[in-house]
Amino acid sequence: MKLEGKKRIWSEYQKEIADDHYFYVRSCIRQSFFPGSEQFFLHFLGDVLGKDIYENPSHTTCTGIGYHSDVVPLSTIMTVIARHYALMKEAGYKHIVISCVTSFGIYTEIFETWKHFPEELEKTREYLYKATGREFDLPESMTHTSDIIYKFRNEIADRAKYRLVNHETGEPLNVVEHIGCHYSKMFPKYGVGGAEFPNVLGGMIEAWGGNVVDYPERRHCCGFGFRQYLVQANRGYSLSNTAKKFSSMKPYKPDLVLTNCPGCTMFMDKWQYTIREMEGTVYGNNGESIPVLTYEELAGLVMGYNPWDLGLQYHMVQAEPLLKKLGIEYDPADKFKTKDGRQMPVPQNLINA
Amino acid sequence: MGDFGFTVLKERHINYDANDKSIAEYIAEREPSFRICIECGCCSATCTTGNFIRFSLRELQILLKRGENEIVREQIDRCMLCGKCILVCPRGVNTRNVILLAREAFRKSVENEI
Amino acid sequence: MLKADKREVVVIGGGAAGMEAAGQLAKAGCIVTLLERESVTGGHVKNWYHLFPDSRNSDEVIEYLARQVNHDNITVRTGVTAGSLEKNGKSIIINTSRGERIRSDAVIVATGFDLFESRRKEEYGYGIYDNVISSADLEMMFRKDSIKRHDGETPRRIGFVHCVGSRDAKVNNLYCSKLCCVTAVKQAMEVKKHIGNASVYCFYMDMRMGGALYEELYKESQEKYGIIYIRGKVSEVSENIDTRLIVKVEDTLAGRPLRMELDMLVLMAGMEMSEGGMGLAESSGLKTGENRFFAPADHHFGTNKSTVAGIFYAGACTAPMNITETISHARAAVADVMDYFRNI
Repeated sequence: MKLEGKKRIWSEYQKEIADDHYFYVRSCIRQSFFPGSEQFFLHFLGDVLGKDIYENPSHTTCTGIGYHSDVVPLSTIMTVIARHYALMKEAGYKHIVISCVTSFGIYTEIFETWKHFPEELEKTREYLYKATGREFDLPESMTHTSDIIYKFRNEIADRAKYRLVNHETGEPLNVVEHIGCHYSKMFPKYGVGGAEFPNVLGGMIEAWGGNVVDYPERRHCCGFGFRQYLVQANRGYSLSNTAKKFSSMKPYKPDLVLTNCPGCTMFMDKWQYTIREMEGTVYGNNGESIPVLTYEELAGLVMGYNPWDLGLQYHMVQAEPLLKKLGIEYDPADKFKTKDGRQMPVPQNLINA
Repeated sequence: MGDFGFTVLKERHINYDANDKSIAEYIAEREPSFRICIECGCCSATCTTGNFIRFSLRELQILLKRGENEIVREQIDRCMLCGKCILVCPRGVNTRNVILLAREAFRKSVENEI
Repeated sequence: MLKADKREVVVIGGGAAGMEAAGQLAKAGCIVTLLERESVTGGHVKNWYHLFPDSRNSDEVIEYLARQVNHDNITVRTGVTAGSLEKNGKSIIINTSRGERIRSDAVIVATGFDLFESRRKEEYGYGIYDNVISSADLEMMFRKDSIKRHDGETPRRIGFVHCVGSRDAKVNNLYCSKLCCVTAVKQAMEVKKHIGNASVYCFYMDMRMGGALYEELYKESQEKYGIIYIRGKVSEVSENIDTRLIVKVEDTLAGRPLRMELDMLVLMAGMEMSEGGMGLAESSGLKTGENRFFAPADHHFGTNKSTVAGIFYAGACTAPMNITETISHARAAVADVMDYFRNI
């Protein structure tokens, strides 16, 4: 494997990432399932780096779940996105930062649609104005939250309390990076590093001391897909793709999987539980499953935040084996306590716990 | 094990490296013209059997070469050995002998001779 | 005495087409200047090992071409690029990279082709995976008589991907490069000659064997060398933990996707209009076709003629061509030049 070859490709896919004044739009899945991720992102940019990051309480779902399940028509989703741009205009921002890869895909798809079919843009302006009286401008930049963490990866490394190395052996951890399909496979130019050899997560792993694993099914879809999981009979497709990826990465003995898409994080995490229950297969070492983390969760760990504040306990596959490798100190007793110290119910059958 | 109402699906891929190509090798050693087929399908177009039931020599010979033997084993006896395929083959493959050798190879593989 | 006597002709490009054209012009009495941007003449042929369809050693072609240009009427100038051409009455002025203005009575453009840069097909990982090589890299291995993987091992399972950079709208090359299929057949056989127990696979979309003795070569490769042909274009390549290559391809004849592990993968790079040719087209107002090669004045009767009187084309700057065709095309260009001199 020649790193120079990858670097040459990365140099051809460098996107403009705004430096400040962000209009932040949340993800439905992330704020429900990985709330610590979004919280860390806002805290890191606002409190640690002192950037201006704004979110509007009137922001809604992008309706991507409905769009991809054929219940929301294209004209509707375009109008919803236009409304978000209107909120951004009203607040005086020009750089949109999107927390979800499905949404990011939708924003890029609609941006390109409007570019190639200006009449669709005009229609959307009309729909939005008639429905809400609002007007909007196109953004100056569109970035995914992982782009922003990539941009500030060295600032995180500078503040690191832990590096992605096994603190006992000194060996770098083997990290599988998985990029959401809608991040750059539709439009390689919108992704850091393009579609075939994306570098948005790899760049973070490298900066934080880990070893990026390039395994045969690296480019394969995690299997998520709204159509695949919404209907029970179709879930086999979703599950099988995840199984295919995990059996392909298993020989590399990954210490964790890092993802940038809510669907990938959720399904690569939860399907490991399902496959274990279904056929007894596990993909990590010593009979363990492989923790699947978001980039904010990993950034938070690297910077020494309490894993329970980052919300790692809300994953199906628990992160304790990873925390031990990193040498991170944590109090198991605090795992399911509220901030004011009350004990919450402890979930059954957590993996790796 | 848990029943979830769905399962991990079996891959559809031809697993070339793992597949058994011994039947194809047996044929090619004895009938070298087996190697020069270019998959034009002329044999199947003219085939008396294939006009009425599922039987395509073109398909069966590619499956043998990929080691997907089970389908061939099931279908190879459907040929009536009329030999029309030999007349039309542009590459001059001795198709009838290919079929006879395939049958022989399957028989021997059952008897553990290959 | 022909009117061509003592006429001055500049030939741009010192590959097979330019060298043959220069030789024929000199024999007809013209005073020829041959411009070659590299430090040596010979073009792509000098990087090739054996040629299809008869496995002729390419050095024989190089020697032949060197004899062609070894003539008192020919001045070979290497390390010189033609920047632009301009008409001045009946003369044509060639502005060179060295700031000279060379006057000529006619110009033959023989700027040839560039091999498609395989790394542009990112999904094949050329330049990233150590054992993904191009057809040109393999020729160099043949020349060194050493076909080895990056780790020094002799490969036992070798694949060839046809149509890399050809018939591919994704890289803006809709056309067929015409020679890659037969080159793959030739190289596959060559690999078997070097490594007797190797398994060799060609992944193709169509086998385009449209030249003299090509189909015979294809049949021979199946019959005598046991080359295995799999109809389907490789969609992506990756590397496993043992640094073997995993290819994904649809076996379109079996109607199912196929996976295979290989020790080495060869990308059959197509032919593109050369960068030099493109520069000349832009600077001098020469017409190019949809395939970006020089567009001849007429596809039947004037494949050597540009739309500018006195400027002619020879060889693969007009379309992908093999060496036989290139040499014939160069000779035809000279015939057109002679005809032009007789009529002006």
